[in-house]
Amino acid sequence: MSGPVIARVDETLAVTSLRSKNLLGIADLAPEEISLILDTAEAMKEIGSRPIKKVPALRGKTVVNLFYEPSTRTRTSFEIAEKRLSADTLNIASVSSSVVKGETLADTALNIEAMQPDMIVLRHPSSGACHLLSRVCRSAIINAGDGMHEHPTQALLDAFTIRERKKQLAGLKVAIVGDLLHSRVLRSNIHLLTKMGADVWVCGPPTLIPTDIARFGVHATSAIDEAVADADVVMLLRIQLERMEGAFFPSLREYFNVFGMTEARLRRAKPDAIIMHPGPMNRGVEIASEVADGPYSVILDQVANGVAVRMAVLYLLAGGAEHETAT
Amino acid sequence: MPVVMDADRIARTLTRIAHEIVERNRGVEDLALVGVRTRGVHLARRLARSLREITGHDVPTGALDITLYRDDLMRHTVGPQPLVRRTEIPFSIDNRKILLVDDVLYTGRTTRAALDALIDFGRPLGIQLIVLVDRGHRELPIKADYVGKNLPTSAEESVQVRLQESDDREEVILSAGAEEGGAA
Repeated sequence: MSGPVIARVDETLAVTSLRSKNLLGIADLAPEEISLILDTAEAMKEIGSRPIKKVPALRGKTVVNLFYEPSTRTRTSFEIAEKRLSADTLNIASVSSSVVKGETLADTALNIEAMQPDMIVLRHPSSGACHLLSRVCRSAIINAGDGMHEHPTQALLDAFTIRERKKQLAGLKVAIVGDLLHSRVLRSNIHLLTKMGADVWVCGPPTLIPTDIARFGVHATSAIDEAVADADVVMLLRIQLERMEGAFFPSLREYFNVFGMTEARLRRAKPDAIIMHPGPMNRGVEIASEVADGPYSVILDQVANGVAVRMAVLYLLAGGAEHETAT
Repeated sequence: MPVVMDADRIARTLTRIAHEIVERNRGVEDLALVGVRTRGVHLARRLARSLREITGHDVPTGALDITLYRDDLMRHTVGPQPLVRRTEIPFSIDNRKILLVDDVLYTGRTTRAALDALIDFGRPLGIQLIVLVDRGHRELPIKADYVGKNLPTSAEESVQVRLQESDDREEVILSAGAEEGGAA
């Protein structure tokens, strides 16, 4: 069941820069670029343990966090990462901006851009919003979640957390359980984990499994025990009630009974399996409280690692390569 | 390419510097070694071994990556970012004398960055600079406290330190042709 041979960065595969000036999705990244980001994040993580948690690397750079959806974790994480690198940051939330007066995304971005920022971190409810911005803006665009498309920094911090515990990604069985249809976290994670050689199983109610999922090179099932059996990593996805129009399953209680991660179900996984969740958690829906708070849970590690991973992305993109350059 | 220091010479030089450290600081209590990545770290570890042989005491040793403090960072609008490596200083530098170790002292810009980085870790009693080779051409007011070898060079030449730990060879060579990459 071993995947492709690219296990981890070695001298011959190592690259020292990203090809694009934007981070729009994991789909665009080569495995060596993913390794570069994760290796850089390891160096960044140490900065968080210093008495003075700040380095001068992004001094004089301005980063705009443009958020069209509610977010606590991701926005805070980006802002802390930016501040630890000494960038100047500014936050725009759609509810308090001209968006409510009817301005389009592109117009808002062009107006922000007229004030000369260097990077824009964008979260938006529409899939493809970051690609749109990258075509009209000169600034580097970092995708902080666009609709049901991608959430690349979440997948990177998940990979960083797995690598921290399991040393490598290649050859691991990763079970991802939950709302597969509406999840941008799932799409980014599938791209990343399959590129790095993990064996990915996805599981959810048949109504929440995208019909074309197999073309991404993953195993899809609605049998939770099959997905979890001998897994090294069990990742749960939030049931996104706000994105559901119509009935995908009978009730939340029913969902928990069939797919909820309990200690009993977890026993089928490897004894040293870890439990992950991108948050926010619905306790008693996709995850039982005793699992969320259990010793195998790395859910808070994921949050802590998010800062280091975002610092790495900001640093690597701040060089501002204007054109795609092969290295 | 002339070899200006061979393995024996490097070993003797480091032993001499270790003795100078003990003499100047009247022992090794309150001292700690911090090597600048990459080769300064190897040299710092070797000095720690010498100091233990001479005094019987262990001197805490750390590794410092100065990339995020470089003064040429973000100056080039196009091009790859320098690789960031891990800094590991697993002890408090407060109220300690820090021996900062690098392989080559040239413009002084790396040392400037290292001093700024160190101060972010605390307030040491003092910082002393150890280099294996001082090749001149300072652009900043920086001076080494312990020098393995003073090597007069022209700006067109480059000095390369190769150590067993990272290069499978043990020598310092002086070659014609400009330095590749950043300030040393």
